Amino acid sequence: MSENTDYEYLLEMRGVHKSFGHVNVLQGIDFHVGKAEIVALVGDNGAGKSTLIKTITGVHRPNKGEIYFKGQRITIHSVAQSRALGIETVYQERALADQQSLWRNMFAGREITNFLGLIDVKQQKRETERLLRESMGFTSKAITVDSQVMFLSGGEKQGVAIGRALYFDADLIILDEPTMGLSLSETKKVLEFTRSIKEHGKSAIFISHNFYHIYPAADRFVILDRGKIAGDVRKSDITQDDLVQKMENLARTGVFE
Amino acid sequence: MLKKPMRLEHKLDLSILVVFLSVYALFFIGNPGVFSRFDIYYSFMSTIPFIAILALSVTLVVVLGMMDLSFPSVLAFSAWVFGAVFTATGNMPLAVIACLAVGTACGFINSILVVHIGVPSLVATIGSMFFWRGAVNMVAQGRGISLVGAMDRTLFTVFVGRIGGVIPAQFIWMVLAGLFFGTLLKRHRFGTHLLFVGDNEQSAAMMGINVKLVKTIAFMQVGAAAAFVGILSTLEVTYFWPSQGQGYLMSALAAVFVGGTSVFGGMGTMLGTFLGALLIGSLEAGIISSGLSGFWIQFIYGLLIMISVSTYATMMRKRG
Repeated sequence: MSENTDYEYLLEMRGVHKSFGHVNVLQGIDFHVGKAEIVALVGDNGAGKSTLIKTITGVHRPNKGEIYFKGQRITIHSVAQSRALGIETVYQERALADQQSLWRNMFAGREITNFLGLIDVKQQKRETERLLRESMGFTSKAITVDSQVMFLSGGEKQGVAIGRALYFDADLIILDEPTMGLSLSETKKVLEFTRSIKEHGKSAIFISHNFYHIYPAADRFVILDRGKIAGDVRKSDITQDDLVQKMENLARTGVFE
Repeated sequence: MLKKPMRLEHKLDLSILVVFLSVYALFFIGNPGVFSRFDIYYSFMSTIPFIAILALSVTLVVVLGMMDLSFPSVLAFSAWVFGAVFTATGNMPLAVIACLAVGTACGFINSILVVHIGVPSLVATIGSMFFWRGAVNMVAQGRGISLVGAMDRTLFTVFVGRIGGVIPAQFIWMVLAGLFFGTLLKRHRFGTHLLFVGDNEQSAAMMGINVKLVKTIAFMQVGAAAAFVGILSTLEVTYFWPSQGQGYLMSALAAVFVGGTSVFGGMGTMLGTFLGALLIGSLEAGIISSGLSGFWIQFIYGLLIMISVSTYATMMRKRG
């Protein structure tokens, strides 16, 4: 399959439905992510955020509707397949293995090996070092490629996981509640890492129920409410105050305006 | 400002080395006559490889945060296959292949119980421990098999011959096993996958590591190693006996834990296991030659294990 760059959206979902038994979790979702765009997916618990994500990553299959990636219609059967397509998910708690060093974590499951399966440790360390210092902008001397992940802060862990996804050329990185439980300064770090995704020409879906956390990093806001897209606004078209006002209206009246 | 912290694993390796050297210093002080002569080391070189190779292999399962208690029984059953095939056919290469195949298959059965049926490994291997010991008792009918006829074979020399008349071949096998497992754990893709699965199974799966396959291979290689040691220990005394391997369970596991590998998984050290096996394997002779009676042996074993694992637990708690 030749690389097709002539497409409007990186990811597009058209009329996607998903139900579990009688519960209709997604009811006709039309959703897209552009090239080098950070889309904030906002919604309360139970709005269908994680189901939407899981249909993109191949955990769930939609009952109805179509998904296009780079202009091609796709059917995703498994997480491995979505990764092969260039979709990576960064989960807060499950992104890295705590007791292992950074250079092992960076290449976990995708080690650089020779024909005997022996790891090229030097190469992995060198690449990890480059990624830490250059791409992710880690400056702290306390963190080295040999550091165990458990010594990193929550924000730094997210940074490493994002860096890893970029290194392996993911085109779409899904960040699932990356700022949950993080302090303000840690949240700031995660937002900086998120911006680096855009700088690399890649896209991201940033999921959060805390809208204030994502406002600075997002290009566009997609508001999900009870299985439907309630709103879709570009940051350039709306002020933060207006957006907050509309979100409050949505919570009160069920209408996003 | 911040001193670069020493990696926990390096600390563990260092502490087992210190313990090892101290205990040997005590042996020397206890009986310089015995420990400055070659004889005792010759004896160690012929006996320690059995538990050392088993311990190295089991370390891989422990790194997964799992346990295998069945390897002494698997050892005995595969050794019986070795003896029976050799007696029936006189074909030693065939006997070796059959033995290794049966051992690996026993490991595979363990992995089915653990990986596919979902029985906790400790529980599953208690079952297979009894099962294979029972199986060997049934097939051997309590009788041993003499393998004196194997002594003039080339493979006999390869497994347990005396190199230059002084170095037991199994000692070379032990050193090779140490290098092999050390490289496997820290430098091979499989080893790194073991560490990730033992550390955090969910994130390992998220990173695209085939968790089930990793576990299956880990149990199968213990079976193969048990069969291999079965051949070595059978040939060393040129006799198979049905209760073979029973003494190896606790000493091999003690070697793993004295060596510093964590029972919680996600970390392990082959150097530690190797030194642990040398230590556990030479303790008995050291204690006796120091002039203490045999009643002290288990007491000192226990003391050494308790002290070393307490040290490691303290180191684990203090990090971070």
